[in-house]
Amino acid sequence: MTSGPNVDAFVEFERVQKSYDGESLVVKDLNLSIGKGEFLTMLGPSGSGKTTCLMMLAGFETATHGEIRLNGRGINNIPPHKRGIGMVFQNYALFPHMSVNENLAFPLQVRGLSKSETESKVKRALDMVQMGAFGNRRPAQLSGGQQQRIAVARALVFDPELVLMDEPLGALDKQLREQMQYEIKHIHENLGVTVVYVTHDQSEALTMSDRIAVFNDGVIQQLADPETLYERPDNSFCAQFIGENNKLGGKVIAIDGDTATVEFDDGATCKALACNCEGVGERSLLSIRPERVKIESSQTPDSVSARVLELIYLGDHIRCRMDVHGHNGFIVKVPNSAGHAQMNVGETVNLTWEREDCRALDVI
Amino acid sequence: MSDTHNAPVIAADGTPLKARLARALFRRKLDAFLLVSPLLVFLLVFFLAPIGWFLSKGFHDDLFSTEMPNTSAVLADWDGTTEPTEAHYAALVTDLVETRKTRTIGKVATRVNRELSGSRSLFTSTARKAAKMEAPFKDALIKTKKDWGEIAVWQAMKAASRTFTIGYYANALDRRQLADGSVVAQPEERRIHVKLLIRTLEISFQVTLYCLLLGYPIAYLLATLPNRTSNLLMILVLLPFWTSILVRTTAWIAMLQSQGVLNDVFVFLGVTPDEARFSLIYNKLGTLIAMTHILLPFMVLPLYSVMKGIPPSYVRAAKSLGATNWTAFWRVYAPQTVPGIGAGAILVFIVAIGYYITPALVGGQDGQMISNFIDFHMRRSLNWNLAAALGTVLLLVVLTLYWVYDRVVGIDNMKLG
Ligand SMILES: Nc1ncnc2c1ncn2[C@@H]1O[C@H](COP(=O)(O)OP(=O)(O)OP(=O)(O)O)[C@@H](O)[C@H]1O
Ligand SMILES: [Mg+2]
Repeated sequence: MTSGPNVDAFVEFERVQKSYDGESLVVKDLNLSIGKGEFLTMLGPSGSGKTTCLMMLAGFETATHGEIRLNGRGINNIPPHKRGIGMVFQNYALFPHMSVNENLAFPLQVRGLSKSETESKVKRALDMVQMGAFGNRRPAQLSGGQQQRIAVARALVFDPELVLMDEPLGALDKQLREQMQYEIKHIHENLGVTVVYVTHDQSEALTMSDRIAVFNDGVIQQLADPETLYERPDNSFCAQFIGENNKLGGKVIAIDGDTATVEFDDGATCKALACNCEGVGERSLLSIRPERVKIESSQTPDSVSARVLELIYLGDHIRCRMDVHGHNGFIVKVPNSAGHAQMNVGETVNLTWEREDCRALDVI
Repeated sequence: MSDTHNAPVIAADGTPLKARLARALFRRKLDAFLLVSPLLVFLLVFFLAPIGWFLSKGFHDDLFSTEMPNTSAVLADWDGTTEPTEAHYAALVTDLVETRKTRTIGKVATRVNRELSGSRSLFTSTARKAAKMEAPFKDALIKTKKDWGEIAVWQAMKAASRTFTIGYYANALDRRQLADGSVVAQPEERRIHVKLLIRTLEISFQVTLYCLLLGYPIAYLLATLPNRTSNLLMILVLLPFWTSILVRTTAWIAMLQSQGVLNDVFVFLGVTPDEARFSLIYNKLGTLIAMTHILLPFMVLPLYSVMKGIPPSYVRAAKSLGATNWTAFWRVYAPQTVPGIGAGAILVFIVAIGYYITPALVGGQDGQMISNFIDFHMRRSLNWNLAAALGTVLLLVVLTLYWVYDRVVGIDNMKLG
């Protein structure tokens, strides 16, 4: 997270706070700078303040405190229609009384473009989303996915430098959603516009984004590229919100450099990478991705013993639920490769992992 | 493959699927019909039948022909221009004697009087003496009243004797049917109905327009304010709706009359001197003010329900696309409220065009509407036939406007909530 004016930031939130009722803060001290051409995703659970941030950026809500800058210029007092920000709404908000062409022509007409210029831009935008043949239809005559494309085209037709999308794919089925994710991503790459994208679907965020801002409770928990976010979560919230994660609670009994030794409640110990633990004597949550756990046949000094509770055959891998020192929701993914370990329910096995993959984080 | 396409599909029990489906659908329709039949019967007996019967009076009038059968018979063959003969006079005397006995002469006289005003007493007074008359009746009648020699009296009777007549419709449209069946315009000073109809339409249009102008912002506020405030506002809108029309209208009298609240305020503020108070009531203005107030909820409610269904994201989208507040409203919001405007306008207009009590109370002379005239003919002049004709004309005008509306706006575009 950066704070203070940033020279090459295109969009900047500086110490932004927002309250609707004057009692509770929906957005608490938001600092965020977004580079030009970046695809930034705001990811977070429902009610975490994502839409509110987007609305403040678009100008439909005013920040209670702090400043929002666009291209180095404070925009707190600029009305929405002068900000020149394209926006895709969750329900698309295509004007029902206008045809697709008229919808797309609307932003160009209000900008006073000539008729021929309008027509060519509309056509180009429709072709961009492969909807060239649908110009004369009404929005109600289009499928959800088609409406979505039109909404994207309309947000881009007037060549804004910044486009905001608030859960634009929320209403689509899984397959279509995945297809649209790639299409939006490609449009972003081709046009080089800056996109601020809101979703609460973490796989969508990982697929599309340059960087992801994980929101919770009005605070950005972590701002990082997808890989960092997945591999090296800063805190337990991020570790659990993104991807599948095993958590093991224990007490830190020693910290040696970046290695923390954690004692489980039953007295067993384990080594972990000290990332975000408070210190010796405090409790910590260990976070390990299921695919980073290996099953060893023999006991080693760093191995942890576990009892197999359940085996689920999933084709490409086998999902084992295990009991690890009193934590019985521990998941291990065993790849279904030739000669993988054979296990039976009730059996006790030894688990190992790289120290870096086991992160000692805060307790939530 | 192709022959399976053409062969009838057979249901599980061997009957053709089409027949089974038809049977199943028939059951459903029968059930539905049975459910609505009590209402249907009620409507038929207490609504459609009486209205139909009443409207038929507009063109069907058998009073003269049943009460004066002999006269009617001879008049049917009369050409309406030649001098009536002794046979006519004899038939007339027979009928006059009979109607005097059955005490229906008054009705007959009233009926003929509609065709020829001033002829009422001619009938009643002659009928009293008719029993003693002796042939030749022509001379006897003319001796009693020399008006009996006038051909106009006979023409009036011939007009009255028609069972099926367009005379009342002609009258409702300021025309008159002569004895020979031709229709001519009424004399200038008796042409009132068309003027009245135009005034009725004009008042209704104006009331609709004012309701729209006043109701639109209120409906918008109702639809956009937070729930708690909008509920309160809604109660304020509905409160008059729950109050009796009579109470509201009389309240307006208290407000608007020359010694009323509004005028007192004007005088107090020096807007007008005491001796030249505004006449805000007992004229068209009074009708307009009171009716606009009374019909406002009919405009607000459909508008509100339509506006409530317009997500705020449309206007936001318009603004994010670069539209100013005004453009966003005018090009995105307003077009989506058209169904509400249509529904509200047609409701207000149709209720207004038949409005009766308010114009009767606050309309004075030039604030009267056609329904007040219909009422007059129903209760005072007892000319139900003309009332029916006026009512039918009004109904036809409304239906025509409705048809035009459907053409221009489209009925399915209308949304009542
Ligand atoms: N107009 C409003 N008035 C009052 N409170 C609001 C308003 N809009 C949002 N809130 C509150 O602000 C908080 C954050 O809302 P926001 O819409 O930003 O969440 P979100 O992250 O977009 O959630 P979701 O994923 O469900 O869309 C919520 O607790 C919500 O109740
Ligand atoms: Mg949201």
